[in-house]
Amino acid sequence: MSRLLTLSAVLLFAFLHLPLLVLAGWSFNHSRFTVWEGFSWQWYGAAFRDQQLIEATVNSLIIALAATAASTVIGTLCAYGLWKRDSRVMTMSLSLSLVTPEIVMGISLLAFFQWLFRFLGVQLGLHTVVLAHISFCIAFVVIVVLARLRTFDGTLEEAALDLGATEWQTFRRVTLPNLTPGIVSAALLAFTISFDDYVITSLVAGVDSETLPMVLYAMARRGANPVVNAISTIIVFGLGAMILVSERLREK
Amino acid sequence: MADVLEIEGLTKHFPGHAALEDLTLGIAEGEFFSLLGPSGCGKTTTLRLIAGFETPTRGDIRLRGKSQNSLRPYERNVSTVFQSYALFPHLTVRENIEFGLRYRRKGNGAALVRQSIEMLELGGKEMRKPDELSGGEKQRVALARSLVIEPDVLLLDEPLSALDPNLRKQVRSELKALQRRVGITFVFITHDQEEALSMSDRIALLNHGRLEQLGTPHELYLAPRSRFAAAFLGPVNWIDHVGLRPEATRLLARPTEGLHSVAATIESSTFLGNCVHVEARTSGGTLVVAEVSRLNGKWQAGQPIHICWDPGDEIRLPPA
Amino acid sequence: MKRVREICLAPAALTLITLFATPVAILVVYTLLTRGAYGGVEHPYTLDNWGRLFDPLYLSILARSFSVAAVSTGLCLLLGFPLALFIARAGRRKNLYLSLVMLPFWTSLLVRTYAWMFLLRDTGLINTALQATGLIREPLPLLYNWWAVILGLVYGYLPFMVLPLFATLERMDPSLLEAAADLGSRPFDTLWRVILPLSAPGMRAGAILVFIPCLGAYLTPDLMGGGKTILIGTVIQNQFTNARDWPFGAALSLALMAAVMLLLWLQVRRKGETLL
Repeated sequence: MSRLLTLSAVLLFAFLHLPLLVLAGWSFNHSRFTVWEGFSWQWYGAAFRDQQLIEATVNSLIIALAATAASTVIGTLCAYGLWKRDSRVMTMSLSLSLVTPEIVMGISLLAFFQWLFRFLGVQLGLHTVVLAHISFCIAFVVIVVLARLRTFDGTLEEAALDLGATEWQTFRRVTLPNLTPGIVSAALLAFTISFDDYVITSLVAGVDSETLPMVLYAMARRGANPVVNAISTIIVFGLGAMILVSERLREK
Repeated sequence: MADVLEIEGLTKHFPGHAALEDLTLGIAEGEFFSLLGPSGCGKTTTLRLIAGFETPTRGDIRLRGKSQNSLRPYERNVSTVFQSYALFPHLTVRENIEFGLRYRRKGNGAALVRQSIEMLELGGKEMRKPDELSGGEKQRVALARSLVIEPDVLLLDEPLSALDPNLRKQVRSELKALQRRVGITFVFITHDQEEALSMSDRIALLNHGRLEQLGTPHELYLAPRSRFAAAFLGPVNWIDHVGLRPEATRLLARPTEGLHSVAATIESSTFLGNCVHVEARTSGGTLVVAEVSRLNGKWQAGQPIHICWDPGDEIRLPPA
Repeated sequence: MKRVREICLAPAALTLITLFATPVAILVVYTLLTRGAYGGVEHPYTLDNWGRLFDPLYLSILARSFSVAAVSTGLCLLLGFPLALFIARAGRRKNLYLSLVMLPFWTSLLVRTYAWMFLLRDTGLINTALQATGLIREPLPLLYNWWAVILGLVYGYLPFMVLPLFATLERMDPSLLEAAADLGSRPFDTLWRVILPLSAPGMRAGAILVFIPCLGAYLTPDLMGGGKTILIGTVIQNQFTNARDWPFGAALSLALMAAVMLLLWLQVRRKGETLL
């Protein structure tokens, strides 16, 4: 039976990884069609020369960095507060934001922004995307940081207070240094989630704020495109590396 | 001697249970004072109230005559050695010891650090991180870290319980010697009566959140005022409302002048190496354990004897 | 002390109220209004949008969404169990294998879906390869159908099944298996009579974690189904873009959210804790 189990595990790992590996391999195919014609970097070159792709990537990076910074700070503080004493309302709200279908969250934010802009006279744009991303990244940050806090010995804080440090000094000098790996890991996670999001982003983005997933999505729907293969490969390996670093930190 | 720490009517109620009820006591300057009791008796709550981690429901804590109730933990000149030591894992031994000096500035900080590292034999280990230390070393770092800020009172929360049993007895005498040397008042929390008896100047025995008895180790062991106190400090036999410690008994063939005695039949004997425990049943039906020397003959089941004792060794409880 | 906690929770509370609770509340209001001619909403108030949910057309879409989610969940269970069991027994390599399961999951849903499109489309790798070997003449219709959607969902959410199953299986006392063997049970009997019943909590958690995102999925059905398999996510999106019927889109959204909340509540009630 254990041989059967190993065999099925091998097949399942192949199922999980082969499609991405094949895609990565084929991104170096010289031909525009799905026939191997020899190794070439040309689709990577084409990707880097495409003005629309570059602009979309810059937009995605700006959004992901801003959303990561804000959601990491907000989520870390929230996790710390919950660790001090659980709040049923807060954990339920966070769980709910985690399971709400993206399409529902997207259109509710769209409706909210449209409603708000009647009074404020602003338009959809990068800022609305950033706000939307902050709201769905917080729950992920809280999960990761809270997991780290659960391994943190609360008496360390008491010891610091006991030795004369105020609450703020205790947080700065004792709690924060011990949480750093968890916080960095949470930030990397938030970054990848924000960078990859299509559904919510496409609903709340303005005309001038197209992101990389939006461009890729349009390209993918249009049909086979070797440039998409190249960009996909970069994304998978780029984000994959970040996630590996993040996991390392979490285990530390 | 003036009391450095006065506790008056201290009460702490948690939702659903009363952890501490109306505790009043004074702790003298330079005293080694133990709070003894079973788990849940309120001793840890008392310590956390003194340190400022909990707010009392009622009552007052005064340090050198000044009420501490409105002060935050970092404003109180007491320091705690935690049961788990709570050493900061991201800081070295030296940084741990220096931690409090940043907030409680002392003119001669550097000298104090050097002195405490030396006194607690931590020389050469200053650059290590806590997880590179043995249990005994961790405990000494925790002590150094607290002593360096020269608290009025040092609170110790079962600091020996995390140590290996062989080390515990040795550390007991070292801790006592350290306290004599630095002259700081120690409030020592323990559930181990042997620890309390061997180290303390005075002991407060707590039970169910109330002060059961306060006194010197001699008073508590030899003149307990309740059955609970008598039993908590060591094994005791009760013969007609008179308590008798096993080591105070003698097993004789017949009653002797000047000794109280009761007739009994031996049921069994257990060899314990340094002594023998003999279980005998009195004519009244009570089972009595006598601790006798292994050199004093053989004890067989069914053998009739007399359990004798000096009237001065009797534990007589005050009428309830 | 209490104040510190309140200050820490405040920013998150504020964000969730403005960017989660308020938008959902606005949707609730929208469901009671009339559609505007060019999108948006107008007066008067009406309950028609809720009534339309019971239109057989939308009921059948809802039923289809549930069945797609159910089939995907069942397949995830079938595939996830052996994988979780394998990882739980992998000893020192446990964490490595677990990362191997999670890694593609965290990278990019869009790219992972695209990878399957690359393999399955008419001019995709599989069809090209089969045609080259002469096994088939015309390309097989592998993409843009019901099964492609299921494949995409299973591929996307399999890790959600493996993780809780692994957690339950890993906690299982190995001496139970020894006891079963000692009492004469053969490996397959042990699997059937000991391991499976004991991993029920993990299966339940995994099933809910897979079912919920499958039910509301938009990206995978849209890309893999090519607009041929209409599920509720696509319908909602359509109400806000092409159909310009916001009030009805809002009603559909809230119905979907209610279903998701019910499922979450079932899980929370049983486990007595939240997802955090």
